[in-house]
Amino acid sequence: MRWRAYGEHAALLDCASLAESMAAHAAVSAARPDGITELVPGARSLLVVETPGSGALAAVRELLADADLDHPPEGASREITLDVTYDGEDLELVARDAGVSTEDVVRLHTGAVYTVAFTGFAPGFGYLTGLPEPLRQPRLSAPRTRVPAGSVGIAGEFTGVYPRVSPGGWRLIGHTRTVLFDPRADRPALLSPGDRVRFRSAR
Amino acid sequence: MRALEVVETGPIALIQDLGRPGYAHLGVPPSGALDVPALKLANRLVGNTEDAAGVECLFGGLRLRATTSCTVAVTGPSVAVEVDGRPVGSHAPVWLAAGQVVAIGAPATGLRCYLAVSGGITVDTELGSRSRDVLSEIGPAPLKKGDVLPLGTPRVSDGADVVLPTTAPAELIVRVDPGPRAHWFEDLAAGLAKTWTVTAESNRVGLRLDGPALTRGDDYAERELPSEGLLTGAVQVPPNGLPVVFLADHPTTGGYPVAAVVRQASLPALAQARPGTLLRFHSSTRVWNR
Repeated sequence: MRWRAYGEHAALLDCASLAESMAAHAAVSAARPDGITELVPGARSLLVVETPGSGALAAVRELLADADLDHPPEGASREITLDVTYDGEDLELVARDAGVSTEDVVRLHTGAVYTVAFTGFAPGFGYLTGLPEPLRQPRLSAPRTRVPAGSVGIAGEFTGVYPRVSPGGWRLIGHTRTVLFDPRADRPALLSPGDRVRFRSAR
Repeated sequence: MRALEVVETGPIALIQDLGRPGYAHLGVPPSGALDVPALKLANRLVGNTEDAAGVECLFGGLRLRATTSCTVAVTGPSVAVEVDGRPVGSHAPVWLAAGQVVAIGAPATGLRCYLAVSGGITVDTELGSRSRDVLSEIGPAPLKKGDVLPLGTPRVSDGADVVLPTTAPAELIVRVDPGPRAHWFEDLAAGLAKTWTVTAESNRVGLRLDGPALTRGDDYAERELPSEGLLTGAVQVPPNGLPVVFLADHPTTGGYPVAAVVRQASLPALAQARPGTLLRFHSSTRVWNR
């Protein structure tokens, strides 16, 4: 772990692994010192932004210096189940590259419990970690210009759901009808860092 | 109903307040007025709290009709303002009778003018703000002819500020601090201090710059950066070496190194930097490579 300066009121924690950044996020979220205006986990980092003069950055530094990141606080993580129709355009490609049947792809994808590591790309787009090894596959060589909302994809160590229509290069294995992001809802984003997610095969 | 009716929009007119900070972990940019002091000033001139929603008007051309009497004020760079064709001036409260039309001309310098109206614009909020975020398409749609903008209850003005309109310079000095990945670059301080040109691809997401490409140090030449958090003012350098300075509608995470971060006090001037503006970064930090 190493802190790096990020302008006048923020600092970025460089982490050695995704697990470490998720643990650091969990530890800071659990304590939540006053004066934090943004807490943004990344794939190997945690960005902390403070209210000027609040001393929140110093508090977070102190907190993480003493934290046991091998055993991060569980917190009150929510568990969300998403119903997915596994009919994605790349399902056969994924099966072929994994050396298994398409049924096996579905079994593998629904058999794991995922954690929202961080978000980005679009509001409500969560990068979900916990993907079984055979499904860790590269992005498409040519991204699609239009991926439909609700598409479930995989890329590298992550799986995720496109909250809205957008361009995208993830391999698509299915789709869900669940709304991932609604800016007028009380809880605008279904998936927040730290949440646990399962996928369930639906027809 | 107290309202303003949109007669003409000009190139782009967006409703903006002070944005929706605090949702970056959900992938939602802060958004909000790019020239924050200008919006706050316009609100003070019409007796609003500083966080009321007004209109951010890119390069003039905005015309609004008052359905009932109200007070408006236009701020930002110096600009011609007319009521029913009669010049009234910017940076001052202007009273409109029912049916009168206020028109904003093209600013002589700069890009974005702000119109505030007594009571503020009270369209529905999304995530606590009325700001239009052009990246995420959250918040009220860009204004179009015929839109009716509802207004809140006016307050009594505390007394008008005395203000002089600003002039956006053709050459901008932008104060920065080293960013989290400053050490990825070779001779970064010298590279940033060279003259950059604001390109026409710039928008509320970021200012795109052209100039002598920044180069990475040998140890980082092929390095991939796992996605990490971004902030307004982050100077991100993609593989082509040409920096992007992120503004209020920036993506919340990104996979290219952030070389420097713009000081808060230098952000409003970036809102007014036209394509073609020359820009140099200045830092008082001596050691850039840690």
